[in-house]
Amino acid sequence: MKVLVRSAGFLASVQDFGRTGFRQSGVSLGGALDTHALRVANALVGNEEDAAGLEVTLGKLRLRFEDNRIVAWCGGAFSVRIGDAKLRPGHCGFVGQDEELTVIAPDKGGRAWLAISGGIDVPLLLGSRSTDLRGGFGGHEGRALLDGDELALNVEEGRFTTRPKGNGGLETAAPWGAPAIWASVENSNPVLRIVRGTDWDRFTGGAQRSLVNGAFRVTPDSDRMGARLGGPELARIDAGDLLSEAVVPGTLQVPPNGQPILLLGDCQTIGGYPKIAHVITVDLPIAAQLWPGDAVRFREVSVEEARRLLREREEDFARFRVGLSLQPR
Amino acid sequence: MRIEPLGDSALLVRVAEEFAATDTLEAVARAARQLELAQIPGLIELVPANTTIGVFLEPTGAGAFDELRARVECALEGNVDTAPARVVPMIEVPVCYENEFAPDLEAVAQHAGLAPEEVVRRHADAVYRVGCVGFTPGFPYLSGLPPELATPRRASPRKEVPAGAVAIGGTQTGIYPRKSPGGWNIIGRTSLRLFDVERDPPALFQAGDRVRFRKISREEFDAFAV
Repeated sequence: MKVLVRSAGFLASVQDFGRTGFRQSGVSLGGALDTHALRVANALVGNEEDAAGLEVTLGKLRLRFEDNRIVAWCGGAFSVRIGDAKLRPGHCGFVGQDEELTVIAPDKGGRAWLAISGGIDVPLLLGSRSTDLRGGFGGHEGRALLDGDELALNVEEGRFTTRPKGNGGLETAAPWGAPAIWASVENSNPVLRIVRGTDWDRFTGGAQRSLVNGAFRVTPDSDRMGARLGGPELARIDAGDLLSEAVVPGTLQVPPNGQPILLLGDCQTIGGYPKIAHVITVDLPIAAQLWPGDAVRFREVSVEEARRLLREREEDFARFRVGLSLQPR
Repeated sequence: MRIEPLGDSALLVRVAEEFAATDTLEAVARAARQLELAQIPGLIELVPANTTIGVFLEPTGAGAFDELRARVECALEGNVDTAPARVVPMIEVPVCYENEFAPDLEAVAQHAGLAPEEVVRRHADAVYRVGCVGFTPGFPYLSGLPPELATPRRASPRKEVPAGAVAIGGTQTGIYPRKSPGGWNIIGRTSLRLFDVERDPPALFQAGDRVRFRKISREEFDAFAV
């Protein structure tokens, strides 16, 4: 069974958790820029956490379904409709055969992740169904979706194949939802928490202070590889080129112009710019919503604190899954 | 050897402070081998590059960071000699250095104060080591360029460099696996496939590999290209 892309909108692509194991060949991690949002949406529709879904940038995406499916989405302040009914973020919605789902451009944030029960059936390539847009492989034909594309869906387990009764008909398939902070990522002038990078000491005291006290603005030449930031110049003590070494999504690297780049999921595997800091894993969902013009600030935490926050989120997610499994279906 | 956090889900092992070509790359390869053999739970992949190894940990793994770090440290302290060494392959890359494939050969020759044929001879005579793979999937950064051939990158990068372009950037040489923008000086072309998602591993080169270029004629290039 398939879903037809009536209108692909600005940028939409098939993504899962990305490719691991091939970074030493120079293959980016890629995947959903906010894997947590995708796995929450997947959990809601009864999929495996890492099933392939859609990453929608800005909108306007229109999909028509060939059979009955349950859908859920998380991310920026988008408006998502099934037919005329609004589907709230972090909630399940029932889409009947030949019905249309529309993802309309957000008021805030730039990206949303949509899970469809059964998951999108594209071939596994290097262990992932993600689209590597830069490399031109994976996902649906190695590219962003185009109007008229047809995406195959995996066979649905059959729990949700009939239209739910009551509750206004198609609006929601279930009364339960995901915690609001996971469903909809707040992004008004965010403060991203950072840990020091391996090159922290290469920067002047002024630069170190500017990073945590200053405000930075996201500039237009930002994409899935990274958000380029404009703000106080982050000057180095030493000059000269560094040898390339591993980088990771969340890395704040500083090219010679002193304006940092916040690396995102499609970033290169290695880089030669000094790494002043790293945005912590639990704040990457906020980083994934940054859009040109947004103001962003940074606050330093310890690695221990970053790990504790991550552990807490994982425990919360495990409880959320248990909660879902106890819901009547 | 120094081990530093690389964010909150990875470590950077600094095997050497300075890059000393072959010695460093061999030390890095040995350390990477030790980490592989230790089979540390929660360790998902390694990225050796020049003097360092990026050690990636399961991001949602509940294991304490310090504990993983201690395991990595412990693995690296083990006896190096007992770790079976990886056989370092020598990969031969056939390159056609003829004019139509070498738009920057003249500029490199001028910079070096050598005749173009001499640049080609010296480039093809040297033995290189892969310092790291990156930039685009499968792109090898090769050390071992004869110092007189070192040429600064072009002032303005080309919007499009063809797949297989062999180029010099600063003190390194490399090969573009696919059509991409690039600022290195192009001196030849190979028809080898450097990256193929159907292959395992998908990249032809791994950090530490040895590489040699072999000069071929246009006719040989065409024959290889089929």
